[in-house]
Amino acid sequence: MISEGRVWTFGDEINTDLIIPGRYLDNYDPSHLAKHAMEGASREFAAGVRPGDIIVAGRNFGCGSSREQAVTALKSAGVSAVVAKSFARIFYRNAINLGMPVLESQEAQSSFSDGDRAVIDLDLGCLSSMDGLKKTYLKEVPPNAKKILASGGLVPYLRQKTDGQRKTQ
Amino acid sequence: MTRTDLEFKYSSSVELPLTGRTVAEKILGRAANTPEAKAGDVLEVEPDLVMSHENTFLVNKTLEELEIGKPWDPEKVVVVLDHRSPANSVQTAAVHSKIRELVRRMGISKFYDVGEGICHQLLVEQKLARPGQLVLGSDSHTTTIGAVGAFGAGIGATDMAGVWATGKTWLKVPETLRVTMSGHLQRAVFPKDIALYLISKLGPSGADYMCVEFDGIFLFDISISGRMVLCNMAAEMGAKAAIAPVDSTFGAWSPECAPENGRACVSDPDAKFRDSIELVAEDIRPMVAGPHKVEAGKSVDEFEDIHIDQAFIGSCTNGRLEDLIAASWVLKGNKVAQGCRLLVAPASRAVLNDALDMGVIQTILAAGGVILPPGCGPCLGAHEGVLGPGEVCISSSNRNFKGRMGSEEAEIYLASPATVAASAIEGKIADPRRWLKIDL
Ligand code: SF4
Repeated sequence: MISEGRVWTFGDEINTDLIIPGRYLDNYDPSHLAKHAMEGASREFAAGVRPGDIIVAGRNFGCGSSREQAVTALKSAGVSAVVAKSFARIFYRNAINLGMPVLESQEAQSSFSDGDRAVIDLDLGCLSSMDGLKKTYLKEVPPNAKKILASGGLVPYLRQKTDGQRKTQ
Repeated sequence: MTRTDLEFKYSSSVELPLTGRTVAEKILGRAANTPEAKAGDVLEVEPDLVMSHENTFLVNKTLEELEIGKPWDPEKVVVVLDHRSPANSVQTAAVHSKIRELVRRMGISKFYDVGEGICHQLLVEQKLARPGQLVLGSDSHTTTIGAVGAFGAGIGATDMAGVWATGKTWLKVPETLRVTMSGHLQRAVFPKDIALYLISKLGPSGADYMCVEFDGIFLFDISISGRMVLCNMAAEMGAKAAIAPVDSTFGAWSPECAPENGRACVSDPDAKFRDSIELVAEDIRPMVAGPHKVEAGKSVDEFEDIHIDQAFIGSCTNGRLEDLIAASWVLKGNKVAQGCRLLVAPASRAVLNDALDMGVIQTILAAGGVILPPGCGPCLGAHEGVLGPGEVCISSSNRNFKGRMGSEEAEIYLASPATVAASAIEGKIADPRRWLKIDL
């Protein structure tokens, strides 16, 4: 699995109220959520983000509420992956379940800058800039999460499982 | 010696061998049918109870994608309309209607409509969550129910749909951070102050992925309501779950729910903890945290004189009877300052009824407070009491993130209900001890 795009950097403790404030949650339409993605953390993000772009952040990304719309907002805005020093656990699970790669790296935030063109190779487990000058290794995704990601999220994963069950019956 | 050693009333009379296991290991091991489970193991568990609020709408959407008509066991499902309740918009009203229709169709009887209260409050108050149970909720403060010895963890809506579909999900058994406290609390120091103090020491990810276990003699003095505050705020330390022992306080609160095998609901004395912290009670003052960071907690006197526009008492953290009573002690015979508004949302219908019976609501109204319907109210900035640009709020809830209660240009400070009430009277952040006539 490979994602490619520009880097958007953020700091520590980017919470779900910054990613998508509660006042936008009464409309579940992903494109509505995308319009307000990261609104609390960056004025430029929602308008500037392009499909494939990668978020690179600090500690405890996605802390706060369990709102899955935080992942939906980023994903439908085009974000292909989030790399952070660490993730809040519910956000992490939500991202895996919705098929968006979330990867841990201690160095990425200090070595990458806004606008860098970069590529993530999930099989090699690294984030590198397109010009080849920057490269950081990403912590391995736990096996159970990897399986769900490889299926494209929890729904396709469960479908495969139930299809498999049906076939063996 | 711990409180559980001292006062454990419900363990069977037969001496059971010590197994060196934490309560998290015991509960998750049981839910996965893997009694030997240890911290770090990834288990497939079947929860005893699951809970969702307005995001039941999203849960159902995913269930439809999976072509599944109803949850694996409708008896184990709780649905509560509390977050935008009564509806704040046409869209929300449509979501509420849809949820009412589907709980009927799916035969979900544990359904709580507008005005019944906040999901975490109802799980405890209605005795839905029981000691030793594994409860999953599609809300981050599901940790709250640790107050009754249950392991409560938050998950997202798609995760919840997976549980509705299969009755199972995967969970990693967390390591445990044990928190105890020595000494005696000063007067007018409440569980919220303990929680804000603890977070100021630990930081917002200090208990990441862990189970925070409160234990020790200090819990003698802390009611189930107070334990809910501690377990609720554990979510702000990054905890996966939090838990308090099932002891005589629990037994007195709910004799009918006392477990048969009490050992299943407490850690063994020889259990392995990741870490233990002992707080010193005398160090804790009435606390205020903010703005924007829950870990930015300091003694109230460091914040005095900050002007406030709104004071909010309520939420799953501090909207219970004990909280409204504490606020009424402060408010009795006083008036909310000119230019400041005090909003109070009881955590449930039962809390509102009891507070009415006790004259607490009357005291709040006489002081000029506004009573909101039971539910989340202003806590999440979706309706009722939204903050405008430049406004400052002091709140008894659990999050002061930028934009949480409305405008991104508003500021939120967190405190105990007594501190919030004192601040409402003065129109600025104020020490509740002045109004409780406690010498400093
Ligand atoms: S009261 Fe606030 S924190 Fe608690 S469940 Fe409701 S919105 Fe969440």
